[in-house]
Amino acid sequence: MSGIFDKFAPLQEQHAALTAMGRSPADIEFEEILSPTEAILNGKRTVLMGTNNYLGLTFDEDAVDAAIDALKSEGTGTTGSRIANGSYDGHKALEKELAEFYGMRSAILFSTGYQANLGAIAALAGRDDYLLIDADSHASIYDACRLSDAQVIRFRHNDADNLDRKLKRLEGTSGSKIIVIESIYSMLGDMVPLKDFVEVKKKHGAYLLIDEAHSLGVLGDKGRGLCEHEGLEDDIDFITGTFSKSIGTVGGFLVSNLPGLDIVRFVSRPYMFTASPPPSVVASARKTLSRIAGATELRKKLWDNATQLYNGLKGAGFDLGPTLSPIVAIRLKDPEQAIALWNGLLDAGVYTNLALPPATPYGWYLLRSSISAAHTPEQIALAVDVCTKIGKELGFITLSNSKKAYAEDLQGNGHAQLNGASEASSSAAVEAEAVEPPATGGPAARV
Amino acid sequence: MTSPQSASKSTSNDSIMLEIKNQLRVRTGENAVLGPDTNITRDLGLDSLAIMDFIFDLEDSFDISIPMERIAEVQTLSDLAKAIDILQKEAA
Repeated sequence: MSGIFDKFAPLQEQHAALTAMGRSPADIEFEEILSPTEAILNGKRTVLMGTNNYLGLTFDEDAVDAAIDALKSEGTGTTGSRIANGSYDGHKALEKELAEFYGMRSAILFSTGYQANLGAIAALAGRDDYLLIDADSHASIYDACRLSDAQVIRFRHNDADNLDRKLKRLEGTSGSKIIVIESIYSMLGDMVPLKDFVEVKKKHGAYLLIDEAHSLGVLGDKGRGLCEHEGLEDDIDFITGTFSKSIGTVGGFLVSNLPGLDIVRFVSRPYMFTASPPPSVVASARKTLSRIAGATELRKKLWDNATQLYNGLKGAGFDLGPTLSPIVAIRLKDPEQAIALWNGLLDAGVYTNLALPPATPYGWYLLRSSISAAHTPEQIALAVDVCTKIGKELGFITLSNSKKAYAEDLQGNGHAQLNGASEASSSAAVEAEAVEPPATGGPAARV
Repeated sequence: MTSPQSASKSTSNDSIMLEIKNQLRVRTGENAVLGPDTNITRDLGLDSLAIMDFIFDLEDSFDISIPMERIAEVQTLSDLAKAIDILQKEAA
């Protein structure tokens, strides 16, 4: 009889190969967390540049105090779902505050961001409906499609024209058409060309759901995300998001201005059949959410930091993702390069994310970093210096080659489409040595 | 490569298979041996991303959308041709 784990042999081999080359990402274990940007790893002080802690608020004193107070007054957990065990005051209050923050009619709280997508999408899309999802969607969106009874149609990444054709083919069919997109895609940090998608959505009378996981607190004057940044909030039907990035804790949500949203609570299995967020988590989320609208200086610092990292790596000759954003990904040609760079950075005290196919778009090998408002210019300079040193030692960066490849990418093989960038802006980006520092609340310069 | 929407909705099974092979040869090279029983994921050396791109091109060629649950049922070129034929008839 074969062993139950035999089917995972290829995965085990990949894990073993990664370990043999230094370490496996799954084995990283921080002994101590010192701050939003530093931890002790293998006895060494390490700069954290892969934690999605965009505003650096995980140690915010008010949020920590609120969590402690809630722990002491309401206990360590709710021990059940809200459908079965009832809601706490904090759940209701946070939902009200979320709705007010977004200027929407109502909000529903989920226990994680993953479950927010899973629970929202699977509930909204019924048997006769159609889900239209981006090919580069997060796993939570793909898993939601499995849970839903709707027909699922994929469109090319960030390609509103492709979506338009697919919706046109559905003309005359009954059932709702629900488009699912993300504001900032998590691997490369590229943004959806939202205006184009809103036009297509309106043209076909479809619903539009956008996951603002990586843009809450990051984009918009009040930190509400890409929809606010683009002035398109009135055209969005549903927003999902997470507390596990800028909000610095865990949990997720769905907000909408459509009347009747509350029925989702009774049809969403990931809402109904899991324990509700514990009081301490709800308390810290409420405290941090209350700061987001006024966190203008933090957003400015975040974008300044992102610009420093992006320009530093670009100037060194690395091939980066197409858009300046707090997610900065180095694209590498083979796994050995990516693994060597990732290990070299760890040896030098810089933690980033190693992302390998099939989890990456277009089969790239990525060294993904996420920047924080809490990073210092010195920490970012360290990361750039170490990357550059290793890149040169291993011979996989040269400025001229990288610029040439960057130009070809933008103009020829689909990256311009990925980003929805115009030819003019692409050319400008290639000509420029560095992108301009962005305005507070969002990217002034897209590349 | 065939331009989008160049194939008519009443494409015969033979011409569906011809278009599938044409689209595949762009990715596998001219010398690939392609037949009805060729397994798309196992026999062609294409990764999942290349296969997804191949499906996107076929969708535009035949002016259809292939839902993910239909794609999951496809293993061979013959399966794919049948799925396209059915979807074309459903759309007609």
